[in-house]
Amino acid sequence: MDFEKLTALQLAEKIKQNQISVLDGVKQVFDQIQKNEPKLHAYLDIYKKDAYARAKQVEKGIADGTYTGLLAGVPIAIKDNICIKGKKTTCASKILENFIPQYDAEVIKRLDSAGLIIIGKTNMDEFAMGSTTETSAYGVTRNPWNPEHVPGGSSGGSCAAVASGEAYLALGSDTGGSIRQPSSYCGITGIKPTYGTVSRYGLIAYASSLDQIGPVGKDTADCAALLEIIAGHDRKDSTSIERQDLDFFKSLNGSVAGMKFGVPKEYLSEGLEPDVKDAFMETLKTLTRQGAIVEFFSMKTTEYMIPAYYIIASAEASSNLERFDGVKYGYRGADYEGLHDMYKKTRTEGFGEEVKRRIMLGSFVLSSGYYDAYYQKALKTKALIKKEFDQAFRKYDVLLAPAAPYTAPKIGESLKNPLAMYLGDIYTVAVNLCGLPGITVPCGIDQGGLPIGVQMIGECFMEKKILRAAKCYEMARGAFPSPWKEAKEYETI
Amino acid sequence: MSKMIDEETIENVCILAKLSLNEEEKKKAREDMQRILDYVEKLEELDTGNAEPLSHIFGDKNVFREDIVTNDDAREAMLFNAPRAKEWQYQVPKTIL
Repeated sequence: MDFEKLTALQLAEKIKQNQISVLDGVKQVFDQIQKNEPKLHAYLDIYKKDAYARAKQVEKGIADGTYTGLLAGVPIAIKDNICIKGKKTTCASKILENFIPQYDAEVIKRLDSAGLIIIGKTNMDEFAMGSTTETSAYGVTRNPWNPEHVPGGSSGGSCAAVASGEAYLALGSDTGGSIRQPSSYCGITGIKPTYGTVSRYGLIAYASSLDQIGPVGKDTADCAALLEIIAGHDRKDSTSIERQDLDFFKSLNGSVAGMKFGVPKEYLSEGLEPDVKDAFMETLKTLTRQGAIVEFFSMKTTEYMIPAYYIIASAEASSNLERFDGVKYGYRGADYEGLHDMYKKTRTEGFGEEVKRRIMLGSFVLSSGYYDAYYQKALKTKALIKKEFDQAFRKYDVLLAPAAPYTAPKIGESLKNPLAMYLGDIYTVAVNLCGLPGITVPCGIDQGGLPIGVQMIGECFMEKKILRAAKCYEMARGAFPSPWKEAKEYETI
Repeated sequence: MSKMIDEETIENVCILAKLSLNEEEKKKAREDMQRILDYVEKLEELDTGNAEPLSHIFGDKNVFREDIVTNDDAREAMLFNAPRAKEWQYQVPKTIL
């Protein structure tokens, strides 16, 4: 049976109806991994034996009514900054090369109770710092659409795995666009939920006020179903929010007729590639044809979003990463004289270049004499950015933006100029600064054959609105091509 | 004009960040940081006069709970990943000389 084309929900449905066994679903994913992985390198660790054993368990559990959820029996990949008990969790960093968590992240427990099957851990930018998955200490991941290009980042491994059929679903994390941007580059769908919706317990922190775990999948329905499983209050995360309206999957049906969409016109100015702009404008037309009202408005803080984001994210990173000192876990430097030299050698040898760059920037903006000029100024700017979003949501149900100003860059190009790479995050970072939910859906293909994504942004707690808009757009757009459907062989490398 | 990042600043940042860079790395770090700071300098033109610094998006409030022990002794688990441990404790280089 030719079932690699199925979405996660379709696979689960066929499993429920005994048309496909859980084991076959898992086997299909491993076949795809065997075929593509040598070229793509989406995974850092693969749990073949465990997954088959778990598949048998889940098969039984579905039969006896233990697992009744929408995604029971579906294979899923996990970004390598999410802790799984007894499994190496490296954050794609040398400093955690041998780290084996002794507990499960809250999201892992939730996946287990829902009967999903964990396939392995996916590659990422080191500590989620990067936009291409090239800062990984364990090699680059390649884009399934064209292996000479990056998959985006930092959740590049998760997105490449889903796009290539090496997983039906994946979890990523999004601090400044790390789910939405690689989803766009890989032609799939990803959601960054409202801050506090998904527990961060067991997610290795980058910038705690911005980090959220979110779903990556082939389409909006798959992502909504997965979000429903992982969302929910958790006492172990003090920023976790008690909210009731978590039945995302049910909210998918409906039309966008009469819904008001706003487009910040500053987002369409300099730096936006013509192909991306064309696909974006076409998306606006599609929505209008569905009865949506689309308007342009001015977002005056646009040019201050990246400066504010990089100051705040780096400041929090420098503080969070202080814990990697060679004492409690991870790598310890080889030769040292005394305690402080041990700290320094451990960190200098253990962290990669981009991580060190952000730790240093963060240490600087928090240091005495510069705290007010940089860090406090960034927090005040964040307040003004939030005010502008609040005002926009008084008028609009959903805001629309490209996911990124260009499609996936070629491997090796982005790290030459870190600042230029940071500027590519222009459409995604404000969503994290303001805690908003955002979804990326594929909306076009550029002249080079690489996918383009559109981002739909909602007010805090308004996931249902963006899900409905995304689903409605998807249906109007029609089927989107996928590299896994063409069963491409990656022979160019 | 933003703050000029000189050698002394980089030295200080390395102390704060607990990193030891060689001369070439320091030079590169100085250039990178200068370029990024020149860019974020943009914030100065934005009038943030009346804005309060916003750290928590949903307001700063403490999340209290009763101080009840819910986990068992996790000593073994806690030491499991230690690069060096001895007699149920983390082992570090001599701290008092």
